[in-house]
Amino acid sequence: MKSLNELNELKKKAQEYMNLREGKEIARVTVAMGTCGIAAGAREVLTAVMDEIKKRNLQQITVTQTSCPGRCSEEPIVIVEMDGQKVMYGKMDAEKARKMVVQHLVNKTICSEWVI
Amino acid sequence: MEFYRAHILICAGAGCISSNCLSVKSELEKQLKDQGLDKEIMVVKTGCIGTCDIGPVMIVYPEGVFYCNVQPEDVKEIVEEHILKGRPVKRLMYTVPTTKKVVEKVDEIDFLKGQTRIALRNCGVINPDRIEEYIARNGYAALGKVLTQMKPKEVIEEIKKSGLRGRGGGGFPTGLKWEFAAKSQSPQKYVVCNADEGDPGAFMDRSILEGDPHSIIEAMAIAGYAIGASQGYVYVRAEYPLAVERLGNAIEKAREFGFLGKNIFGSGFDFDLEIRVGAGAFVCGEETALMHSIEGRRGEPRPRPPFPAQKGLWGKPTLLNNVETYANIPPIILNGADWFTQYGTENSKGTKVFAVAGDINNTGLVEVPMGTTLREIIYDICGGIPEGKKFKAAQTGGPSGGCIPEEHLDIPIDYDSLKEIGSMMGSGGLIVMNEDNCMVDVARFFLEFTVDESCGKCTPCRVGTRRMLEILERITKGEGKEGDIELLERLAKNIKATALCGLGQTAPNPVLSTLRFFRDEYEAHIKDKICPAGICKNLLKFKINAEKCKGCGICAKICPVNAISKGEDGKYIIDNEKCIACGACAKKCPFDAIGKGA
Ligand SMILES: Cc1cc2nc3c(=O)[nH]c(=O)nc-3n(C[C@H](O)[C@H](O)[C@H](O)COP(=O)(O)O)c2cc1C
Ligand code: SF4
Ligand code: SF4
Ligand code: SF4
Ligand code: FES
Ligand code: FES
Repeated sequence: MKSLNELNELKKKAQEYMNLREGKEIARVTVAMGTCGIAAGAREVLTAVMDEIKKRNLQQITVTQTSCPGRCSEEPIVIVEMDGQKVMYGKMDAEKARKMVVQHLVNKTICSEWVI
Repeated sequence: MEFYRAHILICAGAGCISSNCLSVKSELEKQLKDQGLDKEIMVVKTGCIGTCDIGPVMIVYPEGVFYCNVQPEDVKEIVEEHILKGRPVKRLMYTVPTTKKVVEKVDEIDFLKGQTRIALRNCGVINPDRIEEYIARNGYAALGKVLTQMKPKEVIEEIKKSGLRGRGGGGFPTGLKWEFAAKSQSPQKYVVCNADEGDPGAFMDRSILEGDPHSIIEAMAIAGYAIGASQGYVYVRAEYPLAVERLGNAIEKAREFGFLGKNIFGSGFDFDLEIRVGAGAFVCGEETALMHSIEGRRGEPRPRPPFPAQKGLWGKPTLLNNVETYANIPPIILNGADWFTQYGTENSKGTKVFAVAGDINNTGLVEVPMGTTLREIIYDICGGIPEGKKFKAAQTGGPSGGCIPEEHLDIPIDYDSLKEIGSMMGSGGLIVMNEDNCMVDVARFFLEFTVDESCGKCTPCRVGTRRMLEILERITKGEGKEGDIELLERLAKNIKATALCGLGQTAPNPVLSTLRFFRDEYEAHIKDKICPAGICKNLLKFKINAEKCKGCGICAKICPVNAISKGEDGKYIIDNEKCIACGACAKKCPFDAIGKGA
């Protein structure tokens, strides 16, 4: 260890994944993973969301899952919470999910066409 | 870096390991892999979370859902329901023993919510084998600050200002101790960490070493810089193999990252650490005995002065502190003395970790600000006494301490107030006792421990404590004599005044304090030959309540010494001359007609 700067660099990197344990988040993506959601392809959606977040190295975004929100016809459903706003997307697939990450999480514009 | 959407923390402290957490962990890893989740979910092994009696415990983040008593066969359900479908498993959540309420989140559990964690800040939060996780939580930032921005004098000043006192038992002001060691002139000095932890029941030092070993390494390096030492030793008892292993790993990692070794932070300061494993005798926790043991000699105390700060290891000035004391150092340096002094009382600053055990709903590790009352710890944090029993006393300070009766439940716990009522802080063992405990027997138990552990070097301790024990044994057997109490008090006074080391000097404390608060119990044993709590076997008298007895004869058949016979009225009676107080009859009587007591 040569300097405080070196330590701070190390710390910043290490904190990236510790944020998850400390409840630090700027956005939360919830994928509905009830039986119907999984049947409709919710897993692929979840994997795509995670992959896109990883590729873009986005920080402090929580990806979590919930059970069936009761709108089975709209599955797979993804809920995005950011800046005090809660948006529900329906009939998602992997491709839409990737686009949603870019548009909503990065560019901070809601993908209105998929909102339910 | 990989992106994980959830972290599953599994406690791998010694407590949970003994309740089989490692097979839960491997089952979890297997299930996650089978479900193809192993790239999404990270399994993190942590140190003790503090709730050892309900282990194995598990926390799932980001939600913070807390699971307890998790068995390998429960893992499938957690993975399929919670991880896959987002439905946390209620069945495995913590239920409050008194209200039967199910608590979902880790930060809603009274036992954890009621705590203020400074020394335990990282325990149960980080993986002790990953230095990155320690660094993420400000690890080694205090060392960096000290080496690049502070003079040794300023470090000592800050510690002095913080009011930190030794957590190993004595409560000596830490800053002052550092100043003495810094002022001793010598080209070679040492820093030592006392992790002997001999107080039966205490395990906070072990938990810190297992759960957050880097905090001790960092603090010792800071101490080395402050007093001018380049070598340190951690003295750990051999009964703590996991602590030795994790600390050993951590030392290696710290060397690799350059937090130990030469020219740390480019400051020109060198420091390194070694572990010394002790055989685990209680007296080896005493500082002079400990240093003898590190030198490879018999772990026997020697008179002080000279104090270690003047003449310690190999005759060189040595700074010796307890594990928990060190654990407080980095946060004090980073946040400042003023931050630290907001916790605690006038003369006892900061927090103290207690290992709570005995007749209490939640046992485990509890860190609270100094000045918290015993009532708050027992009832608010630890959930009170099980089975609606009454609190009788709490023992603090282990075999060197004393008991605190109900009338003192509301005194703020700190070094001075405990001393005032004849107990002591000690290292933080806190044993809660309900109404079923006989205080004479409790005193006998602790004295038996010190008699066993006495090194035998000086007469007052070797012979004196044995005499006291003999008297106590006599009393609990119902052979106590008029004048025994006075004899105990006289012996206690002499031993305290003349024993060579702290072990002998404090050995009479449990007797003195039980005499102070429960003298009537001693008198009942001696004069009336009864044990009011119904513990001392020789003084137990089993009696059949003639009104309740239906004459079924079951008790007479069960009695191993034929002490029960049928009376003229058809009711049964016990011949107390023959009865050996085994209690079998009382357990078997279908009508609850047999009781013990006076
Ligand atoms: C019999 C006896 C046993 C002791 N055992 C321990 C121990 O296990 N751990 C400990 O830290 N201090 C123990 N001490 C206290 C040490 O001698 C010493 O005061 C302490 O480690 C200093 O560190 P501190 O100032 O940080 O508390 C013991 C003292 C006596 C007399
Ligand atoms: S007081 Fe007891 S333990 Fe201490 S030196 Fe004397 S005999 Fe040994
Ligand atoms: S077992 Fe109970 S009821 Fe039966 S004879 Fe004995 S004391 Fe009486
Ligand atoms: S306590 Fe044991 S020895 Fe005494 S009367 Fe009952 S069964 Fe017999
Ligand atoms: S060892 Fe797991 S909670 Fe203490
Ligand atoms: S013989 Fe050593 S104290 Fe009396």
